[in-house]
Parts: sequence; structure tokens; C-alpha cells
Amino acid sequence: MTTDTSTQMENGRNGLLELKQVVKHFDISGGLLDRLRFENGKLSQQRTTVKAVNNVSFTIAPGETFSVVGESGCGKSTLARTTLGIYPPNSGEIRYRGERIDNKSAQQMLPFRRKMQMIFQDPYASLNPRKTVTQTLEEPVVFHNPSISANQVKDRVAEVMLQVGVDPKWAARYPHEFSGGQRQRISIARALMVDPEFIVADEPVSALDVSIQAQILNLLMDAQAQRGLTYMFITHDLSVVEHISTRVAVMYLGTLCELSSAGTLFKSPRHPYTQALLSAIPKLGRKKSGHIRLKGEVPTPIDLPSGCVFHGRCIHANPRCIEEVPEARSVENEAIVACHAVEEGRL
Amino acid sequence: MSHLLEVNDLEVKFGLRQGDLTAINGISFNLDKGERMGLVGESGAGKSVTGFAVINLISKPGFISGGRVMFNGIDLASLSEEAMREIRGNQLSMIFQDPMMTLNPVLTIGTQMVETLLAHRSITRAKAAAIALEKLKKVQIPSPEKRLAQYPHEFSGGMRQRIVIAIALITDPEIIIADEPTTALDVTIQAEIMDLLQQLCESEDTGLILITHDLGVVSQVTEKIAVMYAGKIVESGLTERVVNDPKHPYTQGLIKALPGSLQPGARLNQIPGMMPTLTDIPPGCAFNPRCPLCEAICRNQEPPFIPVDHMTRMVACHMVTPDPSNGTK
Repeated sequence: MTTDTSTQMENGRNGLLELKQVVKHFDISGGLLDRLRFENGKLSQQRTTVKAVNNVSFTIAPGETFSVVGESGCGKSTLARTTLGIYPPNSGEIRYRGERIDNKSAQQMLPFRRKMQMIFQDPYASLNPRKTVTQTLEEPVVFHNPSISANQVKDRVAEVMLQVGVDPKWAARYPHEFSGGQRQRISIARALMVDPEFIVADEPVSALDVSIQAQILNLLMDAQAQRGLTYMFITHDLSVVEHISTRVAVMYLGTLCELSSAGTLFKSPRHPYTQALLSAIPKLGRKKSGHIRLKGEVPTPIDLPSGCVFHGRCIHANPRCIEEVPEARSVENEAIVACHAVEEGRL
Repeated sequence: MSHLLEVNDLEVKFGLRQGDLTAINGISFNLDKGERMGLVGESGAGKSVTGFAVINLISKPGFISGGRVMFNGIDLASLSEEAMREIRGNQLSMIFQDPMMTLNPVLTIGTQMVETLLAHRSITRAKAAAIALEKLKKVQIPSPEKRLAQYPHEFSGGMRQRIVIAIALITDPEIIIADEPTTALDVTIQAEIMDLLQQLCESEDTGLILITHDLGVVSQVTEKIAVMYAGKIVESGLTERVVNDPKHPYTQGLIKALPGSLQPGARLNQIPGMMPTLTDIPPGCAFNPRCPLCEAICRNQEPPFIPVDHMTRMVACHMVTPDPSNGTK
């Protein structure tokens, strides 16, 4: 543990965003009557919590594309929203440029909100259908710079629209008049309007067709090159991740199992879950899939397994994995892996 | 030589107030016993409409306006609804994208499986239940006896899709049409379901039409492929040949746009623009406004669907010469 805490500290000093032991649980127990249980002749109250994110720590360096991958329900979107302060974490710390932001009031968060923006998956749901493109794009600028003149706003809208490849003469149109790809361009424009430093993109291309997906990914990469943006990219599409990421974090059931540079991760995945996940990608022209089969199914995050959350499905699991939670440890190539088998040299 | 399924010049229109809208046009392909074919294309290309048209399940205001679907020598488009029902779900089965929408939430899966069977076979309920159990075992559902009495909500997404596959297989169909069967599933589950589907089709010698937008999945599972664009097949042939050496500029663009083929971080090869809506298909070749090889003829004349590459595939493009030795100009 000593080695990896020191490297994390090292990174923390020059990191843009730092997460430390972040935990996010959701209480879904409902009202009083839903919580009551009758057991052994006694009435008791029981709470049900979804343990969406558990003790996740990492540091995002300025200018990098940090991807979080995992299957549905692994907590990657919750992690994205917690990072931006949309959900307050139950415990842990989130720091932006060294300053703690997880305990700030809405008023205190304002300057940070300008620097941190978000792009959502579904451009049909994330744009207000009753606002024109101009109205959608103007709102964040005017909100964050109340003193800005109307002409400046107009110029800014035109400039950003051009940059994302939407003709400024369509500014008076409504979202329903645009295709999915165009709408995603407008969502990206909205995020870029306030000159952010850090953008969280939650599945920004999952709803789009392959040929449009390439256009949007190119746009995101261009914007990054021009503006020096830092991305946190949430996706389940591993070929996209391999292409755009600097570093990749793999999540399973709310826990970080592996974190390393994209090249290392895709060449030599260490965690058994990462290995299974990568082997399942359907590759063009590869005939027989020969993927690693996992036992059983993903357990519910309401009732997390003991020890390593992956032990029930892991072929390398031993009694220690059932009892003890594996710590994230640094291995070669600056990778961080949370696995007893890797630590003991069994894998 | 006749094939198990022969689709010839199939055309589907949707009657709208503004006039008829052509959804698919001139679709031709065939499928032999035990053969697996992929139907790929982007949203709105007409893949699903083609699948529905094959089982004669186009609902109003849509209708099959031309062409033939010959299955075992019978023209399905000419059959009465009653006669069609004998074939549909019996010899021709369909698997849909979302298993939660396909399964009836208020019936146990045992009931749903038995009902499917009783609709097509005159057997006793007990016999049908035995077959249902056997099929559940085939799709590798753990403790199938117990599971038969459970409702769809008690299963995970992957398990539900296994049940849908079991129901599709219960009448031992000759062809299964699977419309995006794994799109709603995670990648590890997708790999398992595709493996299962392929293995079952192989062991039962069942034909498969796999409708998907995922070229990776198609290239793993199928032998043949047809690429659709704006309601037409633009390229078809052996999957391996088409994927490794696409001839049509659209297929080329689609494959080059995938991130997997490039150096990480490099600019992706995007196809400019987007697929035209059906009301607004440009004259000539529908792909011409987005095509890097477009010439005058492409804007005026619709390209014929011609054999190339030693007759192993068909391409609809003016810029591809039929002469097998030349390929793309």
C-alpha cells in the first residue's frame, strides 16, 4: 500500500481532478411502511441501499482523456455525476486543482461549474425541446457572465456553432429539426460555450450510428487539441476507449479493478475481469470469438459480495478473495490493479 | 437451383398522406438451409423493414408493394393471414431486440413456451411442457425445472434473451430472423448470446438472418453479409471477403470509420454528411452526396446491382467495374 499511496500523492500534486476514497450509496428503502420488517416476533426498521460507487480513488492529469469503462450497473455514470457534484458523495474527497469541491455550497461551486461541463448520452433528452439552439447556447454564457453584452453573446454562439460544425444560420431552429448527430454537436457546443477546462462525457456516442460516431469523436478530439481540454469519458464501447483514451479505469460493481494507460490495458490486461471484458469485444474479421466465459451473473449492488466483489465469477478466486477486499496496488507499467491473485503472483 | 428462402426484388412502401414512401426497394438475397447471413446498415437503412417483410409482418400503413419472398417454394407475400400464421413462428421465427418487450410480463415463461408450441402442434400440454424444458436446457439456463414457473421479471437481461431464443427454437424453425438480438445487452453477455445462437444454429442446421448495425458481431457469426443503405442493398457477398476487402465506397467508409483499425488517437475516417431521409433520397446513387468517388453519372443514374470479384459478390456502384481483375477504379 505504501508504494501506491505515494504514487497517488505524486500524481495528486499535478492532477487536475483528484478523487479519494469516494463512496456513493443511494437509499432506496422508501417510506416508513416500506422499511418495516417483521422478524422473530419483532418489528424492526430496515434500510436498503444501492452501493453504486465504493472507495474509488484516482487522479486525472490535465490534458488527458481519462476513460471509465464497465458494464451497465457498474456505477460509471454515478461516478461521473458524483465527480461533477451532481450527486454529493457519502464519503471521500474530490479535489479540483487541489481545492476540495465535494463539500461546497451551490454558491461556492459556481466558479467550478464553469470549468467543469458535462455532455450526456442522449441528445434527444438532454436538449430542451422548447428552446431554440440560440437560447440553449446563450443560457450558460449569460448565467456565468451576467455582465456580457448581447452582441458578445451572439458572436460567441456563432463562433462555437461553427467550431462544432453546425451552420450558425440554423441557430433559430428547435432541437427536433436536427438529426441525432447534429443534436450531439449542439450538446457539445453548449458544454464549450463557457470555455471549460474539464468535460465529463457520459456515453456521448453510444446513441449514434458508426459513420456519425466517427464525426463526433473527431470533433471531441479536435476540441481537445484546440482548447487543451481534459476529458473524463464514460463508455461501454471498448474500441472507442482504446482509440481516444490516455488512461483507462475499469469498474466492476462500483469498485475500481484496474487503472492503467490505454496501451498497457489493451495489450496486457491484468485483472481477471478486464481480461474477460476485453476478450468479449467482437472484432472485425476475427472468426471464432474464443472469449473468456464468466461464471454466473453480476450480483446486485444492494447486496455486495464479501471480499473481492468479483470473486463469485472469477476462475482464480481462492478463500482469501472471499474474505478480504483487495487493495488497489501498483504493478509494472504504472498500472494499478485490485486483485489478490495478481498481488500473490498467481496471475 | 432453388434456395430455402429466396427474396426477389422486394419492395415495401408506407402509404402516407403525402403519397407513398418507399422504405425498401429492390431487395434480393437468398438463404440456404443452415446458412447464416448478416443484414447490416445504419438506423433507417431498412434492415428491420426487410426482416419484417420476409415474415410478412409489415403493419399498416406499410405494405409489400412488389417482389416476392419464396420460402420452400411458397410465395409468402401472397398467403392469407391465416396461412401465414402457420409458417410464422413455426418454420420462420423471429427474435427481437428487447426481450422485456417480447415476453409477456404476466405469464410464466413455461406458459409462454407451451402456448407457442400448442399454437403450431397438436400435442398434449404435458408433452409440450417436456419440449419446453428440453429447449431451456439447450439455451443453458440453470435449474430449468424451477425456472419454467417463473415470470420474466425474475430473470436478468441476458437470461431473458436466452428464453426468447428458446421460444424461437421451440418449433424447430428452418430460419430464425434475429433483429438486433444483443444490442440491449452488455458486451460480455452479448458474446455469450452470440456464441449460443451460432452454436444452436449449427447443431440444428437452422438458417439465421442477423439484423444488426454491429459489423464486428456480423463478421464473427455469419457466412454471408448484405450491407444496406437508404433502403437498398449496396453490397452483398461472403462476410469474410466483404469485411476484409469492401468494394462499395459506403462499405469502405463504414469499415474505415471503426476506431479499431487505426493507431490510437489518430483522426477517425468519417463519412461526411448523413444518410438521407426516405422522403429526400437524392437522384442517381443514394450515396452520391457523401461519396469520395462520386462522378457525374452517379448523380444522374441509379447504379445497377452487378456481380464483381469472380461472381462472389454483388455491388451497386458505378465506380466498381464488373471485371474481376480490376476492382475499384
